[in-house]
Parts: sequence; structure tokens; C-alpha cells
Amino acid sequence: MTEQEKTEKKEKKERIPRQAMPEQDPKVRVTNFDEVPTGYSPEMAMLEARRCIQCKKPGCVSGCPVDIDIPAFIQLVAGGDFIGAARKIKETNCLPAVCGRVCPQEDQCEKLCVLGKKFDPVAIGRLERFVADYERNAGTIEIPALPASTGRRIAVIGAGPAGLTIAGDLVKMGHDVTIFEALHKSGGVLIYGIPEFRLPKGIVDAEVEYLQKIGVKIVTDAAIGRLKTIDDLFAEGFHAVFLGVGAGAPVFMNIPGENFSGIYSANEYLTRSNLMKAYRFPEYDTPIAKGKNVAVIGGGNVAMDSVRTALRLGADNAIIIYRRTKNEMPARAEEVHHAEQEGVQFQFLTSPIEYIGDEKGWVRQMVCQRMELGEPDESGRRRPVVIKGSEYTIDVDTVVVSVGTMANPVIPMTTPGLDTNRWGYIVTKDETGETTRKGVWAGGDIVTGSATVILAMGAGRKAAKAIHDYVMNL
Amino acid sequence: MHRITEKVVLSENIVKTVFEAPDIAKKRKAGQFVILMIDDKGERIPLTIVDSDPVKGTLTIIYQVVGKTTDQLAQLEPGDLIQHVLGPLGHPTEIDGIETAVCVGGGVGIGVVYPIAKALKEKGTRVISIIGARTKKMLILEDESRSVSHEFHVTTDDGSYGLHGFVSDVLKDIIASGQKIDRVFAIGPVPMMRVVANVTRPHHIKTLVSLNPIMVDGTGMCGACRVSVGGKTKFTCVDGPEFDAHEVDFGLLMSRLQMYTVQERQSRELCRCGKND
Repeated sequence: MTEQEKTEKKEKKERIPRQAMPEQDPKVRVTNFDEVPTGYSPEMAMLEARRCIQCKKPGCVSGCPVDIDIPAFIQLVAGGDFIGAARKIKETNCLPAVCGRVCPQEDQCEKLCVLGKKFDPVAIGRLERFVADYERNAGTIEIPALPASTGRRIAVIGAGPAGLTIAGDLVKMGHDVTIFEALHKSGGVLIYGIPEFRLPKGIVDAEVEYLQKIGVKIVTDAAIGRLKTIDDLFAEGFHAVFLGVGAGAPVFMNIPGENFSGIYSANEYLTRSNLMKAYRFPEYDTPIAKGKNVAVIGGGNVAMDSVRTALRLGADNAIIIYRRTKNEMPARAEEVHHAEQEGVQFQFLTSPIEYIGDEKGWVRQMVCQRMELGEPDESGRRRPVVIKGSEYTIDVDTVVVSVGTMANPVIPMTTPGLDTNRWGYIVTKDETGETTRKGVWAGGDIVTGSATVILAMGAGRKAAKAIHDYVMNL
Repeated sequence: MHRITEKVVLSENIVKTVFEAPDIAKKRKAGQFVILMIDDKGERIPLTIVDSDPVKGTLTIIYQVVGKTTDQLAQLEPGDLIQHVLGPLGHPTEIDGIETAVCVGGGVGIGVVYPIAKALKEKGTRVISIIGARTKKMLILEDESRSVSHEFHVTTDDGSYGLHGFVSDVLKDIIASGQKIDRVFAIGPVPMMRVVANVTRPHHIKTLVSLNPIMVDGTGMCGACRVSVGGKTKFTCVDGPEFDAHEVDFGLLMSRLQMYTVQERQSRELCRCGKND
């Protein structure tokens, strides 16, 4: 190909605009819990795929924590081989329908797409989602041929993104893998945290079923640390253990009145709604406060999930209270945009300092103070500074505190030789996630603190290789 | 899946259920609890393990029928299944080095204090039990409690059986008698626990209560079960369930327990409508 031809080819690609994602109308979708984006049609997917210029050194792949061969799968989509594309992704990513929905592509693959320098990047996430959905709906999910059993047994603690990924990888290497999950359903944050309207639970169930079909054993209702310790698992004959237990403990702000009824951690609010299906109460038995004036404290994705849940539960006013400005919000731009479209209100540069309750102990008001931005802090974001004398009150009847999570202490507490840092996160020796305890690896939020689904999956993938080498040399 | 092996109605609305949970039965210690969920549409509720049989692989729970879930549980007969049981959860009761303990149980709380009394007696502690109920027909575990006690008292609020009065009245008399008491365990309705805490506080007798707030996951993930102890927020599921009675904010516990009163009533009524009785 001559330089001129190359340029022509590139220009031709660029003339196709990035295909917009069809979505439920905001007015309609706030009245239901159905998924907001409805997905590409095959025609849209092929059109979008044709925008990819098939770079020789694709930046997108280097931005992917699980190294998906992005140009290869996109080329298959462009040619209409959607099943082939799905299988190409599954070579390195066992949860494409999930990642296509919840990965922050704008900070990963799509950020490094060369088209993005001048135009809009290829919609890699939307294409990933499309092919995964296509394969699932076609009912042609392929069970790969598995190698002969190695006779090595590996225990994975936690059926979240890290645990599911490593289990899939290890079983494909011929190991005998058992996941122990404390909740009654597998999926971790995918099932208890992320709402139905962003990640339908049927998709998570299908991904989990796929893992079971390829031989992963899953034991739910198993509180490792209490029911069995890590030592017990080794005594039972497991050769290695992976800890993917997440950073499940909620953080509160320790301000007066925070224990009034009607004040939830985001974990509780979302667990009630998503895992326990409280939005379908009384068909399901678990209740949830259906507040009229709901304040959600925080500016991350979990805060967006909570405030949008509040709207769908019937709130008249669903307000984000965030101590910095819109620019510093850690939530994905897409989530903030969806929340705005749906009528979520935002109060920036504001922080609660006290809650006021009624005679029954139910929260009625929130005392807030105004902030202004000062010098950047260690996170690089400008530090919010209190404006003295700026206190004011907001009427609320439900509050969701979404200011982060921390490590759950139960496993470190009951596992001798497993070192943690001063925040309670598990110390790892290298990027494979090997811990200070022989035969034990860890990955995901329990090592890094709250991060993303895909980073946890990347950690699971790296640990899988290290565990494989370890158990094969025993 | 956990098969029910035995069900006994102990009093008007207090029921004992025994079910299979062999792994939990092996590990469980006095003071610990389980979270159970009857079916996939059910609620997750915490219940103290009253007894366990590691040989048969069974757990015993005792509960009062107060809402939809306990109502549904009480309908289950031997052979029926409980879908999900998670445990053993919470810290076991510290039972070492106690010379004399008073175990106070009120209502269905008798079922919770009984395993503690039993464990204490096995450790060589002198156990004084005081159990009480509103009325005679609501009294449970009398023989069992007596069998693990060196000294045993029964009260009823209406005087229909045992001493006419409250468990706290007997406790006051025992303290007044000048006996040395190292520890008091008080488990029952919130007002009872609060009264016992007030009785022992001036005498500086270390008093523990086992709390029963609303829980969801039971593993420290959600914070539904938070209580205030000595001005600090604690999660009952991982920090408890036992706390220093003199430090617990019982008013807060009470109000948080009533958070879903309206929905609980709605749920119970719907559940009853579906029945043929």
C-alpha cells in the first residue's frame, strides 16, 4: 500500500461517525430498572467496526488490563463474524458482556485509539458488549477443550471479578478450582453492587454458569475465615489459595447522627436493591426505604448507581452531595451524563457535618457546609477547604453514604503469616499478587483498595499464571 | 440446601427448628450466629445458634414468630429445606476464667443465653440462671436451663409461674445478697437488657448483652447492623454480637430495629392472605 492509499483509507474510515448507543428515553427509564443502553444492532456494529484502521502497533491493546486482541476481534465484527469475534475476546477475557458494560474504556483502550487524536475513538466497549450479547443470545457459547487434569487443587476466595477471572484461567490450565463465596449468589460487586439498569443480573448469571460448565466449582454461603480458615483449606488438600475478597467494608464519615434510621452505606442500599431485589418488594421479602428526598454523599460510580437507584425507587429529589466540583468527580463521564439526563440534582462543594432526626430516630435534615478548592492534595486533585459560617440545612428522609470502602478484616485476622498494610489491605510481593504467606496469592480491591472491575480481573489473570507455575513445581 | 430434621413448637409463638449444616456444626462455638435465607425471594435474617451436634451435623435455632420470615420458617416441617445458611458468624463468647456468672434470659432470649450458660458450666464456672417470660405459657427451655445452672430462678411478669416480677428484680436481690459476681450475661428484649445494664452499672459488674439488630450480609459488608457502643459505631456482625451492656446505646438499637415496621406489617399480611387457614 502506498502512502497515498494509506491516507485515503484512513480518511474513508474517518468519514463514518462513531455510532451512538441507542438508549431508553430518560423519562421512561427512571420508572423502571431495565438496562439504559439497549445495544448496537448488527448493522451498527459492523459500521462501527469498519472505523477501525487496524493499526500495526495498536495502542488500544496496551490500554487493556487483560490484553484483548482488539483489532482482531473488531476485524471479525466488520466481516460479520460475530461469534468468531466473541471467541477471540474470550481467549483473554472470560467476562466480555460485563466488561463491555462497566469498564472505563475512555481511560483504557479507547483513550489510546489513534482515531481519538483527531476524531472520536472506535467504540471498543460497545462492540465488545455487542458480540458478547450476540453470542449469548444465539445460544452458541462454546465450551473449549480442556487439558488433562493436573491433579492440583486451588481455592479461590470470593466470586467477584478477580475470583471469577482466575478461576476461569486456572480451570483452562487443567487445575481443579473451587470458589468459596460468602453471599448466596456469585458475582461479588457485579451482583450486589452494580444495579440492574447498568448490568442486568441475567448476564452475570450467564457468565457464572459458563464458568461452571467448564468445570469451576462454586460453594456459596461459605464464610471463609469463620467456617474454614485458610489453614483449614490447605489441610483439606488445596495446593494454593487466591484471595479476591474485595474491599467490602463500608466507610462512614463519623459525623453526629449518622446512625439515624434512613441513613445507609452505599453497600447496604445497593445490596438491598440489587442482590436482595428490594425494588421488587413485597414480591421479594427485603425492604428498602423509598425516600422522597434522598441525598447521596460522594462523587464516584457507586454514588451515581445509588442516586439513580433512588430515582427509580420513586424519589422526588435525588441529590448528589459532593465536596469538590464536577471536574474532580471520580465517576465516569457517561454515568454522570446519564444521571443528569434522568434528573439527578448535584450540589457541589458541599459536605454534610451533621444529621438531625425526629423523635422516632429517623433522619429528617442534613446540616451541610460549603467548601472551596484549595491546593492539590496527594491525589493531585484540589483539596476542598471549609468556608466558615456557610452552614445550611437540607430536608432529607433517606441518605446514602458513598465515600468509599475499606478492607474487611476477617481473613487477615484468621490467617497467620498474611501481612497487611496500615489500611488493612493485603501486602503483595510483586505484581503477580503473591502474599507473605506461602501458597497464597491475592488480587483486586483487597490489595489495591477500591478500583475497577477490569483491574481486579487483570490481577486475577496475572495471579493465575504465577499460581500455575507454583503448583506445577510442587 | 439444609434439610430440617426436627421442629418443636415451644410456646405460643416460639419455635425450635433443627436443620443440617455439618460444616457449621463442626466449627460453631457458644455465642455465634447464622444468617439464613429460606428461599431465593427471602430475606436474610440473623439467628443465634442455640445448640449444635457435630456428630449429626445439625444446628438448633429458636425464634419468635414476629414477621414474614419467621412465620414462614415456623411452617417448615422435617424434610423441608432452608436454601441458604451462612455461618458461624460473630465472635464466640469469652468463657475463660469466670468464677461466677449470672445468665439472665428474657422471652426468646432464653434460647440465646442458654448455650452460653452451658459453655460456662462446662468450663467450671458457677452459673446462676434467671429466666423470665411475660406469662407461664411463653416460658421456654426451663429444664434445659436448669440443667446447666447451679442456682436457678424463674420469673413471670404476671405471676402465673415462678416469682411474680422481672428477671431484674431477682438480679437485684442476688447482688444485694453480697455474692461475688464476675460476669452477667443478659439477653432478651431491648428494654430488659437496658434495665439489667442499669442494675449492674452502679456495682461495676461487667455485663454483656448479645444484640439482634437488622442485618443483611452478616459479613461486615453493609453496616445495617451498626450500633453505638461507648460512643463508637460498631458492626454487630463482625465486632459483636456481644457488647458491654454499660456502653450500648439501647435507644438507638430500638429505633433502628423499628426501621421497617410498616413494610414488615405489609409483608406479613400479604403472606397470611396466601394461606388457607
